[in-house]
Amino acid sequence: MTGVPLSWYLILSALLFALGVAGFLFRRNIITVFMSIELMLNAVNLSFVAFSYQLKQVNGHIFTFFVMVVAAAEAAVGLAIILTVFKNRETLNVDEVNSLKN
Amino acid sequence: MQHLWLIPVLPLLGFLLNGLFGRRLAKGAVTAIALGSVLLSFAWVVKTLVGLGALETAYIERYFTWFQSGDLRVGADLSVDRLTAVMLLVVTGVGSLIHIYAVGYMTHEGGYYRFFAYLNLFMFFMLVLVLGANFLLLFVGWEGVGLCSYLLIGFYFLKKSATDAGKKAFIVNRIGDFGFSLAMLLIVITFGSLDFGAVFPAAASKPESTLTLIGLLLLLGACGKSAQAPLYVWLPDAMEGPTPVSALIHAATMVTAGVYMVARSSAIYLHAHAAQEMVAYIGLGTAVFAATIGLAQNDIKKVFAYSTVSQLGYMFLGLGAGAFSAGIFHLVTHAFFKALLFLGAGSVIHALEGEQDLRHMGGLRTRIPVTFWTLACAWVAIAGIPPFAGFHSKDAILLAAHHHAPWMYWVGVLTAAMTAFYVSRAMFLAFFGEPRGHHHPHESPPVMTAPLAVLALLSLAGGFLDVPKFLEPLFPLSEGAHDFALVAISVVAGLAGIGLAALFYVVKPGLADAVANALGGLYTLVYNKYFVDELYDAAVVRPVETGSREALWKGVDAGLIDGAANGVASIARATGGLLRLIQSGNIRSYATWVVFGSILVLVAIGLVGGGAR
Repeated sequence: MTGVPLSWYLILSALLFALGVAGFLFRRNIITVFMSIELMLNAVNLSFVAFSYQLKQVNGHIFTFFVMVVAAAEAAVGLAIILTVFKNRETLNVDEVNSLKN
Repeated sequence: MQHLWLIPVLPLLGFLLNGLFGRRLAKGAVTAIALGSVLLSFAWVVKTLVGLGALETAYIERYFTWFQSGDLRVGADLSVDRLTAVMLLVVTGVGSLIHIYAVGYMTHEGGYYRFFAYLNLFMFFMLVLVLGANFLLLFVGWEGVGLCSYLLIGFYFLKKSATDAGKKAFIVNRIGDFGFSLAMLLIVITFGSLDFGAVFPAAASKPESTLTLIGLLLLLGACGKSAQAPLYVWLPDAMEGPTPVSALIHAATMVTAGVYMVARSSAIYLHAHAAQEMVAYIGLGTAVFAATIGLAQNDIKKVFAYSTVSQLGYMFLGLGAGAFSAGIFHLVTHAFFKALLFLGAGSVIHALEGEQDLRHMGGLRTRIPVTFWTLACAWVAIAGIPPFAGFHSKDAILLAAHHHAPWMYWVGVLTAAMTAFYVSRAMFLAFFGEPRGHHHPHESPPVMTAPLAVLALLSLAGGFLDVPKFLEPLFPLSEGAHDFALVAISVVAGLAGIGLAALFYVVKPGLADAVANALGGLYTLVYNKYFVDELYDAAVVRPVETGSREALWKGVDAGLIDGAANGVASIARATGGLLRLIQSGNIRSYATWVVFGSILVLVAIGLVGGGAR
């Protein structure tokens, strides 16, 4: 690897993950929350790929593909749920979607 | 082979048949089974004894090993020696007579088949008790007769006093049995065997302290079963049972099991001087104590019950004074005349349709003459009038007591006088004077009076059966020669007792009450049986009851055990209540918990240095 050291990738990955966590915790819009989850997944993907490249092993790549496939499936299901919630509730605020509790 | 096992097994068969099928059988069939099994057993006893001849040494039949543990082998072995022979004849002979009598007595009672099933079961256990060739088999019979006693005392189980009396008998006996069990353990440790044939010959070589302890523990067992002080309290209450039961179990046979056991263990007592001395003291004390209580009882069966306790005390006095054969002799004659007294009392009660209070009797002499005349035979026998049964055996004991310690003789004579007095009192109150109740007495049927007649004959002539002579191979006759003066004194004491009773209750009927009033507190004390029951109630029953209720129930059970179980549950509930707060239903708060958890895991891994291989 020339130029960009591994730690940079990892720091970027950590920053992206932290952003995802912050977005998940502090945003109320379901779409934004959903995007935050995707961000976290991709932050992890980044570190997988970085390690894989560093260690010259293919495992990290394969893992990344698995994560992408699962993320795609999850996006399909998640967006469908969000659509249904919006149809029934006419809101995208997660704080108002708590009927299991109340 | 003499097939000794048939002797106890026959009544057991009777029990099984009547117990299992009696409800469906006709009354005649129940009677036939119950009587037949006992009479056959008696016949087999006679046949066996004839077949065994002189019986100088014990005849033993070994059937199988009951259990074996290390070197200890306990076999189902039956043995007959002269002592057993005497007991077998008394148990099956008197038992048969009482069975016959019970057919008449119980004919109008409910649970006819149940009664005879229990009675046959009792015969089985009693025969096992006397036939057993080791302590454990004796103990099996010992416990079994206790069970039957309990069942039969509580025969009228709808009556609270009867069931209470049954429980009392069972529990008090348990105290004695505890001593017996300990004695058996000590015998196993000391002798390595429970067989009579192995234990007794070895007794002389064992340390006296151990033998004394064994003797005292056996005595505790005997005190329970044979109603000696301080465990006699159950016997008077046992009169709640039907009268034939009182006669068979609580006068003639079961209560003499303790006497038999002590006599059987004579080899131990002869080498345990202190224990034997204790037997004499307990016997003498009980004899006097119970006789004084008997003086003031008004229930005819209670009078005879205390008389039984007192006479059993006599037997123990004989055993303790070293005259084992005299004790057994008195056991035999007592079985005759006390069974007769109880059966006669039953006949009186039967005639008066259940009346037991002497104050409501009177004038029965001409109304039920057969009962009166047979009872009169028991009367002269127990009062020690020569030449009737009680005279011979009682004098044998008193002479032995005099040989042992003269003061014991004098206390014994005093007891004899009291015995004569209270029995005469009962007789005078029941049969003489004017009728005091509103009854129409009727004589009992022949099925009841015939056994009375046989027992009357035995009470009159039983003293001429020279039991001590017969038992000489087992118990050497004591050297105390017949001292005419001593005999005369005890006879005079008996006559004085009768005379005094005649004066009090026939010649001057008001005198008894006057004397009772004059004695005041003393009379109250005796009338209330020295408040022994109340004393035990306050000293034992109540503390146990209160302790059980307050400490064991409310403290241990409700507090500790329930508290622990409930505590676990409430801790789980409280924890759950706290954890429930996390379930807010808010996605973002769940996410926060996840983050916190992740951070916690990361910190923990960092702390323990995770990742490093």
